[in-house]
Amino acid sequence: MTEQDQLEFTTAAQVAGDPAGQESTKPADPDAASGTVPTAVTVKDLNLYYGDVQALKDIQLEIPSKQVTAFIGPSGCGKSTLLRCFNRMNDLVDGCRIEGEIILEGRNIQKKKLDVAELRRQVGMVFQKPNPFPKSIYENVAYGLRIQGINRRRVLDETVEWALKGAALWEEVSHRLNEPAFGLSGGQQQRLVIARAIAVQPKVILLDEPCSALDPISTLKVEELINELKRDYTIIIVTHNMQQAARVSDRTAFMYLGELIEYGDTDQVFTNPRIKRTEDYITGRYG
Amino acid sequence: MKMKKWISTGAPWMWLNAAAVSACLLLVGGLLLLITVRGVGHFWPAEVHEFFLETPSGDIQRVVGQIREEERVPMDRLSADDAAAIEEGSFVTRVLVKTGNRDVLGQDFRWVLQNQVIEQRTPLSMVVLEREEWGAFFGYVVGIKSAGELQQTRDVWGDFQRMLERVNDLREQAEELQQGEIGSINYRLERLRLEQRGMELAGEDDEQALAAIRQEREALQEEYRLLEEQLVDVYQEMQRDAVVMRTGSDSTTDRDLPLSTIIAAWKPNAMSLTTQLGHFFGQLGSFISDDPREANTEGGIFPAIYGTVLMVLLMTVFVTPFGVLAGVYLKEYARQGLLTRTIRIAVNNLAGVPSIVYGVFGLGFFVYTLGGSIDRLFFEAALPSPTFGTGGLFWASLTLALLTLPVVIVSTEEGLARIPRSIREGSLALGATQWETLWRTIVPMASPGIMTGLILAVARAAGEVAPLMLVGVVKLAPSLPLDGDYPFLHPERKFMHLGFHVYDVGFQSPNVEAARPLVYATALLLVIVILLLNIVAIQVRNNLREKYRGLES
Repeated sequence: MTEQDQLEFTTAAQVAGDPAGQESTKPADPDAASGTVPTAVTVKDLNLYYGDVQALKDIQLEIPSKQVTAFIGPSGCGKSTLLRCFNRMNDLVDGCRIEGEIILEGRNIQKKKLDVAELRRQVGMVFQKPNPFPKSIYENVAYGLRIQGINRRRVLDETVEWALKGAALWEEVSHRLNEPAFGLSGGQQQRLVIARAIAVQPKVILLDEPCSALDPISTLKVEELINELKRDYTIIIVTHNMQQAARVSDRTAFMYLGELIEYGDTDQVFTNPRIKRTEDYITGRYG
Repeated sequence: MKMKKWISTGAPWMWLNAAAVSACLLLVGGLLLLITVRGVGHFWPAEVHEFFLETPSGDIQRVVGQIREEERVPMDRLSADDAAAIEEGSFVTRVLVKTGNRDVLGQDFRWVLQNQVIEQRTPLSMVVLEREEWGAFFGYVVGIKSAGELQQTRDVWGDFQRMLERVNDLREQAEELQQGEIGSINYRLERLRLEQRGMELAGEDDEQALAAIRQEREALQEEYRLLEEQLVDVYQEMQRDAVVMRTGSDSTTDRDLPLSTIIAAWKPNAMSLTTQLGHFFGQLGSFISDDPREANTEGGIFPAIYGTVLMVLLMTVFVTPFGVLAGVYLKEYARQGLLTRTIRIAVNNLAGVPSIVYGVFGLGFFVYTLGGSIDRLFFEAALPSPTFGTGGLFWASLTLALLTLPVVIVSTEEGLARIPRSIREGSLALGATQWETLWRTIVPMASPGIMTGLILAVARAAGEVAPLMLVGVVKLAPSLPLDGDYPFLHPERKFMHLGFHVYDVGFQSPNVEAARPLVYATALLLVIVILLLNIVAIQVRNNLREKYRGLES
């Protein structure tokens, strides 16, 4: 067992010990989630093909609002692909074809005529590796606003401060907002990118393995941040790290070879999986 | 066995690489050294030697001049007379002497056989005159004349210097009058003529308008007359003084040289190192800042430097937007299929088309077709003399922009390809459209790569001569393409170019041998101009690179 894993176990224990973070938002009955908590995103009969290869098979999913949903599964199982459907990032891939419906706020976002830029303002995304722009810290956060044509200094100042505070970065960077973002550490960069995403006030935030390039301490900070953010945002996170999924998420979806194998409350999936393959994966028998 | 082991260590390859690099450096260094020495040496005040020769026929000859080169030749390369004096089959040393005084001797150079030299000296009072025509003059100052009268003075050289200064001041005045004010009036008169002609063509030539033009023209002509009178006065003043120069050993060879024809005078044999240096830099300065004289074989090359730089800058202005937009389209918007691949191959191949072909295209399409149409549409008044329908700065820059377009397109595409996908996705994920992503983030980040392309383009365009000969470069342009006359930039004007100047002076001038140092000096200057343009571009690129640093992490 590596040092990192050890540390992650301790943080998992800490988080689990926090009564407000986990228990209160989680209903005991797995199926009650859709009943008591409003649904943010509904996925119906989703099939996705890269050319002739089918990458997602008949996915049915309801993602609860203002909770953290984690997608886990071995590499290549399609969890990132599914995540990228929610903000139509797959449009950038040549030869990608999607069937089925994804309903966000009552409209099908797979429609051809949809304003994709507008959709992406509502569905923010944070990537595996921190990808700040070669601009100052301030301009990175203000980027999304400037694109929307907001250039008034006062509005920008307020939003940048609010977003950086929201991403728990304000304390560290408030005195050097005009320095290049590349001067920040990896973990700071990732939180900057999260600040950049929340600055446009999205409804949903997609996190694509946000901690895989970070050291344990930065990972811890980002995980704490995710716990904070779920008060205001619906969060969907893809992760390789099962401990992380267990720590931060309310609901977990296990995917394998493009299929959604099991979807339920995190506690239930990790402690009492209903399907054998989930159990095998979680206990480390393959993956 | 040992050999094999040595080869497998890779050491021989390392040596081979090092040797190749050294050879390249040597070649570049040697090239620069050669043109520097040959070119810059021209401005150094070389000593003037006086040779006394005894010819085979027994005469004593006197030869005055600067030593240009020395060589050993076998006797059978000498004339029969000269060869008779030396032993069969032996060699003799001879020196090439630049004798100047072309108006006296009829030639600039002669060979002096070392075995005939009885005496060789460098008299301190020897004077070199730089003149407006006939090249340099070597001789002794005997006296000075003012208004035809020989002046009685103790300090002949000092008075001569003072008179020369006065004449040079007058010459400057005359040039200012002629080039500046009179030139400007001529330009305005020409514009008036065109205006009137335009009115006639448009049928708007009513009495009132014509009268206004006539009035304006009369005012200008009056001004012109006044200036002309002033100019005549200045010229007369310049004619007043003359210097008496002795070329031979007795007074029968004395010549009066009017000071108005003399530009500078110095005593090379009596100069200290500091005065030599002063003279050197003075000459260098006037070479860079003066207009050429005497079919470009004398004087400076300022208009050529000016034309080269201006043309390259205009070329950059044309090629940058076109190249960047085309590169962005090919890389970002175009569907990557067979058609795009074909276009890309075609663009790459365009870079290999010989430049003269671009020149022919520029002449046929830009000058004749486009320029001709522009003339018919907008400059009808000036016809039949063409305005844009003939080679000029505008068409030359455009032709070179076309020539360098592939480089810029390719480098733009490569610059864009180097931007990590994550940056693109990051911007798109924030709700930016592709357009916003490109112009706010991707293209600025690719700008160092684009600048690299521009640097290559500038280097290529500044050195190109062949296409320019067809689309606007001339041996001597009467006026600069950017000057004080409205509308200041005259893109239709013909211009001079350093590269063409090298060709013209080196191969088309009436006195190739005498002008050869100027060829080297001009070539050196061309290299320096390109270097400076490149340094500026590289500085800009490095700043951009610094700004977008950290991409690689």
